[in-house]
Amino acid sequence: MSAGTAIPAERAAVFDCRVAFAETLIALAEEDERIVAVCNDSVGSSNLGGFREAFPERLINVGIAEQNMVGVAAGLANAGFVPFVSAASPFLTGRAMEQIKADIVYSGANVKLCGQSPGVSYGELGPTHHSIEDIAWMRALDDLPIVVPADPEQTREALHWAADYVGPVFLRIGRHKVRSVSGGQAPAFVPSRCNTLAAGTDVTLIANGTMVEVALDAARQLGAEGVSVRVLNMATVQPLDAEAVLDAARSTGGIVTIEEAVPRGGMGGAIAELLAERHPTRMRMLGTHQFAPTGDVAYLFDRFSLTCNGVAAAARELLSDS
Amino acid sequence: MKVIPGTSVTDPPCHGVSELQDFALRIRLGSLRAISAAGLGHVGGDFSVADILGVLFGGVLRLDPSRPDWPERDRFILSKGHAAASLYTALSLRGFLPEAELMTFAANDSRLGGHPNRQKTPGVETNTGPLGHGLPVAVGMATGAQLQGASWRTFVIVGDGEMQEGSNWEALMYAAHRGLASLTLIVDRNRLQQGASTEETNALDPLDQKLSAFGWDTHVVDGHDVQGLFDILAEPNHSSQPRAIVADTIKGKGVSFMEGLAAWHHKVPSAEQVDQAIVELTGVRS
Ligand SMILES: Cc1ncc(C[n+]2csc(CCOP(=O)(O)OP(=O)(O)O)c2C)c(N)n1
Ligand SMILES: [Mg+2]
Repeated sequence: MSAGTAIPAERAAVFDCRVAFAETLIALAEEDERIVAVCNDSVGSSNLGGFREAFPERLINVGIAEQNMVGVAAGLANAGFVPFVSAASPFLTGRAMEQIKADIVYSGANVKLCGQSPGVSYGELGPTHHSIEDIAWMRALDDLPIVVPADPEQTREALHWAADYVGPVFLRIGRHKVRSVSGGQAPAFVPSRCNTLAAGTDVTLIANGTMVEVALDAARQLGAEGVSVRVLNMATVQPLDAEAVLDAARSTGGIVTIEEAVPRGGMGGAIAELLAERHPTRMRMLGTHQFAPTGDVAYLFDRFSLTCNGVAAAARELLSDS
Repeated sequence: MKVIPGTSVTDPPCHGVSELQDFALRIRLGSLRAISAAGLGHVGGDFSVADILGVLFGGVLRLDPSRPDWPERDRFILSKGHAAASLYTALSLRGFLPEAELMTFAANDSRLGGHPNRQKTPGVETNTGPLGHGLPVAVGMATGAQLQGASWRTFVIVGDGEMQEGSNWEALMYAAHRGLASLTLIVDRNRLQQGASTEETNALDPLDQKLSAFGWDTHVVDGHDVQGLFDILAEPNHSSQPRAIVADTIKGKGVSFMEGLAAWHHKVPSAEQVDQAIVELTGVRS
């Protein structure tokens, strides 16, 4: 791992959102017998082993067939079940895009789409396995709620919310271990609202998912230089917390967005679209802009400036242009 | 591997069963070393497909490493792109890549990523990794050859779990509809997918009958019998049907502690396990 990588050496406790996902799904299924899990030969990669043990008949593994998987989930919803489709995000969103559009979103099927191992978390396996386009693809679908939890607390609460909410939802479950970023905040997840993690006035960092801890580290670095930084955890990308974004635009000197995804059409794009209409604001949009070279996750974060230093540099650049 | 005088650079290098077996052994050893160096890879699927790759690259495919885009070359697609390390090794044995480069498999900035990328690696025809892509592309290649009246052939290897993807069945139908006799599909029938056996997950049997019913000239062969594989793969297809070969294989073939175990889909052998595997594969202590 090279210097300035995404995973800080001093990292205290780290947590796995996939474990939180798996435990919460089992707890929800214990309470609600309509809940079923649907997957594509992804019992291991989606951490569904425990679910299978607890509810062998409620795990529908269709094999390596994602289009069928999403269609089957729509049918199960029609029959009164609440399917949680759990598959690697590139194959769930990419392969089954039209099933998601027509069978789930356009049909209003009560299906929870859980994209696992998103962003560049498959590292060396390369761009076919990276899921950097999923947010942009899902955002294009009329009003589909999109949630990108940043830590296990948010994952748990977002799953509970999704189970209660009637209608389709896309949840993006991170693969890397992350620090708890919403520690102390209760609730950790409020649908359609971002969490303000630091209330600065010079510049705003807006991140979600795995990038929230990176934004917090960058804010600390900038804070040591006397820069007052606002940090927003934008766990819900759609619908966007317009009020918080507009307030940041009005009361700070610019916005840096940070996401483990393509910003075009992603969270950065969503924020830019809102601001272009309502309050044009100078921005820097950090993300995985392109098909990545071969590399491990830390190397790729470094390549795309998704590091403490990379984010701090983007914020300084934004401030010095003003 | 020496070129026999009087043969062309585009001809495959191996003559006879023992040379083909040696070629396949080198594929297993190359991918094992690459995976061990990288700390990741799919050794089980590399070893189940190694004899098929060995026969194709060692004995069948007409290729020119100095001109990877030679228009008359045979086309080959490894649709189960997760077995990339075995493909890279086969390409290096045919001169497309320096052997030493195999040790950069999956390393930062390597040309040899965890899945094959035609924009980086010479000899790779199309990018694979998401399952269910290779056969439709192969059908397109064979359609192109048919339109041009060309004599080159197209070969595609698909995993058996991968056959659960609907795209394959769309392609099967269309290939038969067009009578693409220059196309050969090889299913690596190791009976395992990522998490479990294919038959427990979403059963494929009777796969050969399904392929026949879809209009393919279907053969079931032992996917580790190099002679049998050579006989069917080298034989031109004069029928008017595309050819399907269900190659019965063993995931992890050649290493006792890997054979037939789903866990070795993407488990990485320890240093001692690598040594043990080399002993078993070569019969020689390293
Ligand atoms: C569309 C898609 N879905 C899921 C995966 C994840 N995946 C990679 S390999 C694999 C199992 C493949 O099994 P099989 O085709 O039988 O290959 P083999 O046994 O030869 O390794 C799975 C599910 C993928 N690469 N692509
Ligand atoms: Mg298989």
